[in-house]
Amino acid sequence: MGARHEGLAPEREATVRALAARYAVQRTSLLPMLHDVQEHFGFIARQDVVTLADVLNLSIADVHGVVSFYTYFRTSPPLPHQISVCRGEACQAVGAEDLFAATRTAYRESADTEVSEVFCLGNCALGPSGTADGRLLGRLTVDRLTALIPPGRS
Amino acid sequence: MTTFYVPVDAAARSVGADEVAAALAVLHGACVVRTGSRGMLWCEPLVEVDTDAGRVGYGPVTPTAARELADLAGAEPPPTSPLRTAYLGLVEQHPFLARQRRLTTARLGVIDPGDLADYERHGGWAGLRRAFTMTPDAVVAEVTASGLRGRGGAGFPAGVKWATVAGAPGTEKCICANGDEGDSGTFADRMLIEGDPGSLLEGMLIAGYAVGAHTGVVYLRSEYPDAITTLRRAVESARAAGILGPNVLGSGFAFDVDVRVGAGAYICGEETSMLESIEGRRGEVRSKPPIPALRGLFGRPTVVNNILTLATVPAILADGGSTYAAYGTDRSRGTQVFQLAGNIARGGLVEVDFGVTVRELVEGFGGGTRSGRPVRAVQLGGPLGAYLPESALDLPMDYEALAAAGFMLGHGGIVVFDDTVDMARQARFAMEFCVKESCGKCTPCRVGSQRGMESLDRFLAGADPARELPLLDRICTTMAKGSLCAMGQLTPMPVRSALTHFPEDFAGGRR
Repeated sequence: MGARHEGLAPEREATVRALAARYAVQRTSLLPMLHDVQEHFGFIARQDVVTLADVLNLSIADVHGVVSFYTYFRTSPPLPHQISVCRGEACQAVGAEDLFAATRTAYRESADTEVSEVFCLGNCALGPSGTADGRLLGRLTVDRLTALIPPGRS
Repeated sequence: MTTFYVPVDAAARSVGADEVAAALAVLHGACVVRTGSRGMLWCEPLVEVDTDAGRVGYGPVTPTAARELADLAGAEPPPTSPLRTAYLGLVEQHPFLARQRRLTTARLGVIDPGDLADYERHGGWAGLRRAFTMTPDAVVAEVTASGLRGRGGAGFPAGVKWATVAGAPGTEKCICANGDEGDSGTFADRMLIEGDPGSLLEGMLIAGYAVGAHTGVVYLRSEYPDAITTLRRAVESARAAGILGPNVLGSGFAFDVDVRVGAGAYICGEETSMLESIEGRRGEVRSKPPIPALRGLFGRPTVVNNILTLATVPAILADGGSTYAAYGTDRSRGTQVFQLAGNIARGGLVEVDFGVTVRELVEGFGGGTRSGRPVRAVQLGGPLGAYLPESALDLPMDYEALAAAGFMLGHGGIVVFDDTVDMARQARFAMEFCVKESCGKCTPCRVGSQRGMESLDRFLAGADPARELPLLDRICTTMAKGSLCAMGQLTPMPVRSALTHFPEDFAGGRR
């Protein structure tokens, strides 16, 4: 508790501490805590890194290093809609690279949809695969995506 | 009352199984049971109907077929019916399943994964109960006698690993189940957990009893949300039933399981990286020695086994190690759970004895490509595995035979490509994947993959192959010989196999 907490949003900090309190105060709890924070807020803010460092008595740099290592953890708020397209080899074999390019093109002007790549969703017999707002989709086409999440205009 | 079985497996759900289940559930007199998937994934959503003769299958089906499915009640559809081509007959007699030997996956697609009583009715806990009548050393000996080797890719004998942990000094030991199944073309761990989580828990319990561990951790990928949910529910059910906890099945043996979730790092499938991640750190690999069997999770002697390895143990204990060892080839005993993926007509899960040829899997079970074009390349063993040319498809699936030919089995994933594939682009992707997924700890992997990708980019843009390809070869040598773990050591495998077996794609004059 001290100068390093200046400028933090107190409500958010209290929520992060409450989420963290469900786990043992041990380093092994760091990933579960980060998962819970991201599930609650949609992302892990700089101030959450500071809070969790304080909870676990780790350096801020140490916690930041963990957050930045894992691609699943995001440090900025997500847009309302999330699309991911698998670029693993099994999906490439059935056109994933073209699908990924076409999906990015389809949503290029959408201000509310993020398109990202992912390497393997474990749906390799029914590729190309992807997700739309968390829902796993097999035998995926751009038409199926745009039917589920209409591309908007910015 | 007609009972319908509809898979709750993520792959089946990805093509509409939930909608089919919902359409059936509202019909009068219908009872819908959600099971795992049989692994006939090209037929998903696959609905099975209970009949006196057994379960009759239809797939793929759509929600609009629900009414007709109920009316048919397992009968063959008339020639005019839209369900005619979806009719599969008695599912267990379907050639795709009838030719398999399902030991690890015996209950997959049969039982309700949310019901441990259903698990027990289908032979669950029989291996554990037998283990409890034996000494821990005798349990290790049974696993050694089975010839079971690690299914994660390295193929290390499970019994030898267990004996090392059992004999290691230390009062606290751990069982870690590696479910960080990140290889493209593999999904058997996911399907097993989503369809039969009890077999994993039983395998971990037997391993814990055998080596003297009371703590188990399952590490799952964040990309597998259904598996996480199913396994966490199974752990809670097992605790409530006294199967996990201070007194397992009244034996006095204590064991509990924690489910941990990764965060999108492929490298965490490497065992020491996984241990770092569980401990709350960046998933950077550790130097070996010490091996995890002596100093693993929190410095304790630790069994790290793949999901499939552990899930095979109950059958070995229930039926005896020698029964399991009777199947397979010389030093590759038992069965392997193969996964047919990519451009394949009949993709899915195939458990058969070791010794089956790649061709039998790709053409016999898989029916060739989905596109109908000729098979040109098959990638075996995930992103770090080699690309096989068509001429290598008659190789047997056997650890030693594949290694002698310069290939590897890995986790049993088989990714099929047709003749439109550009192998130079696949080689480039192998380097790109390593750039994105390297943990960064060692220089040959972190920098070598970057330089390898740049070299291939120059080649693809038309640079002189006489300059780029020798450079690429030196980069591959440095990565293979100098990297700390399999990621950097094996990334050259797909690259070099592409160069060796598909030289026409690396000839001069690109663009």
